Amino acid sequence: MRETIEETAHARTLALDVPGWPGHRAGQHLDVRLTAEDGYQAERSYSIASAPELDAVELTVELVDDGEVSPYLIEEVIPGDVIEVRGPVGGHFTWSVDDGRVLLIGGGSGLVPLMAMLRHRAARASTVEARLLASARSEPDALYRREIETLRPQEGLAVDWTYTRATPAGWKGFARRVDAEMLAAVGPGPSAGARVFVCGPTPFVESVSDLLVDAGYDPASIHAERFGPTGG
Amino acid sequence: MPPVSRGFLGRRRDAADAARLPPGQYLVEDFPVLTAGPTPHSPLDEWSLTIHGAVDEPKSWTWEEFRALETETFTVDIHCVTKWSKLGTTWTGVPLDALLEEIGTEADYLTAWSDGGYTTNLAVEDVSDGRAWIVHTFEGEPLEVEHGGPARLLVPALYLWKSAKWVRGLSFTEEDEPGFWEAAGYHNHGDPWREQRYWSD
Repeated sequence: MRETIEETAHARTLALDVPGWPGHRAGQHLDVRLTAEDGYQAERSYSIASAPELDAVELTVELVDDGEVSPYLIEEVIPGDVIEVRGPVGGHFTWSVDDGRVLLIGGGSGLVPLMAMLRHRAARASTVEARLLASARSEPDALYRREIETLRPQEGLAVDWTYTRATPAGWKGFARRVDAEMLAAVGPGPSAGARVFVCGPTPFVESVSDLLVDAGYDPASIHAERFGPTGG
Repeated sequence: MPPVSRGFLGRRRDAADAARLPPGQYLVEDFPVLTAGPTPHSPLDEWSLTIHGAVDEPKSWTWEEFRALETETFTVDIHCVTKWSKLGTTWTGVPLDALLEEIGTEADYLTAWSDGGYTTNLAVEDVSDGRAWIVHTFEGEPLEVEHGGPARLLVPALYLWKSAKWVRGLSFTEEDEPGFWEAAGYHNHGDPWREQRYWSD
C-alpha cells in the first residue's frame, strides 16, 4: 500500500505498488484477498480507478454498510501494509482510445471504472469523443469531482453531472434520476456508433440500459456492470 | 502462505454454512444481478426454446408447450464467479435430461444461447444425469427478468455464468466452442470447488 486518498465521506482510494503488475485495460477490476491471523480469508473484487499509464494501481472503495471487507480497506489499512491482489480481471467492460467514441454513464461508485477510462484518455492526450454522465446523490458524494472538472476543457470531452438528492446553491445542471430526456440531451444518440459503458447499482444500470435500448441504442454496444446492495 | 492482513478479523459464519462455501466465496442473503449488457425483455408469445445442432431431431417448444412439460422443484446452493454464494435456493423447472431424451444426441458439447446474444459452452456430461434444468420459477414465483426470466438454464455445480439467463436455445456441437465469458478470460469449465475462475486457473 503506497498511499490512501479520502475521496468522499464514505469512499477512499488505495494506491498500490504491485510488483510484477502486468498492466491492465481501463475498466478492468482486481481481486483483493484478506487473510486473518488464523488463516480465515475473504475476497472481493474492486474496479481499478487508475489509468493503465500510471505506475501505481489505484482502487476506489466505497464503504458498504455492514460490509466485511470495505470497512477494513477504508478504516484500517495504512500505507506500508501488504495486501494480496490478483488481476487484472475482466475482458468485456474495457475501453481504450483506439476503440473510438464512447458514452460513459456512472451511478455512485459506478464512476470508478469509467474514471480509469477518462484518465487513460487524458494520459494518451486523446481527443476521441467522450461523454460522461455521472449521477451522484449530492456534490459532496460525487467521486473525483475536482479532477473531472480539470479534465472538462479537454477537446472532445463533455461532462454532465446529475444530483439526485441535493444540489449546490445556484446549480443549473441536472437534478433528477437519469431519464430519457436527459440521455437525449447528453447524446451522442444511437446513430453515432459510440460504445456505451454503464456502471452502478443494479437498479441504476437496469433503468439506464433499458432507456438506452428504448432510445434506439444497439444492445450489443451497451456494456453494463452492476453491483448489488450486497458485497462488501 | 499469503500475507496476514494486519488487524483483519473477518466475519465468521457457522461451520455448517462455511462447509457449503467453495473457496474464495462469501455468503449473501439477497440476489445480486450480473449481466454484461442490457436486460432483454421478450414477450412470452414470441418466446420459444430450440434445441438444434448435432442432434437426431431438432425441436422447438413454444412457451405454452414448454410450460406443459413435467417439472421438478429442487433446492441448491448457487455460486457466482464474482464471489457471492447463495445457499438453499429453490427452483422449479424442466430437467435437461427430459429434453435430451426427446432430441437424442451423441454430441459431447453444447452452447446455450440467449436473448441479447449471450452464449456459454458446456460439456454434455455437466448438464445430464440430474445436473441441469431450464427453470422458470424461483422460490415459488415466476422468475424475474433481471434474474433471467422467463426462463434460464440452471447448472448449480458450475459458476453461475454457465447458467445462461433468458435462454432460448441449446446448440449441440462436436467440438467445444468457448462462449461469451469463456472467450473473455473466464475459465472454460468453471467448477467453484476447484476455483476455476479465470483462464490461468
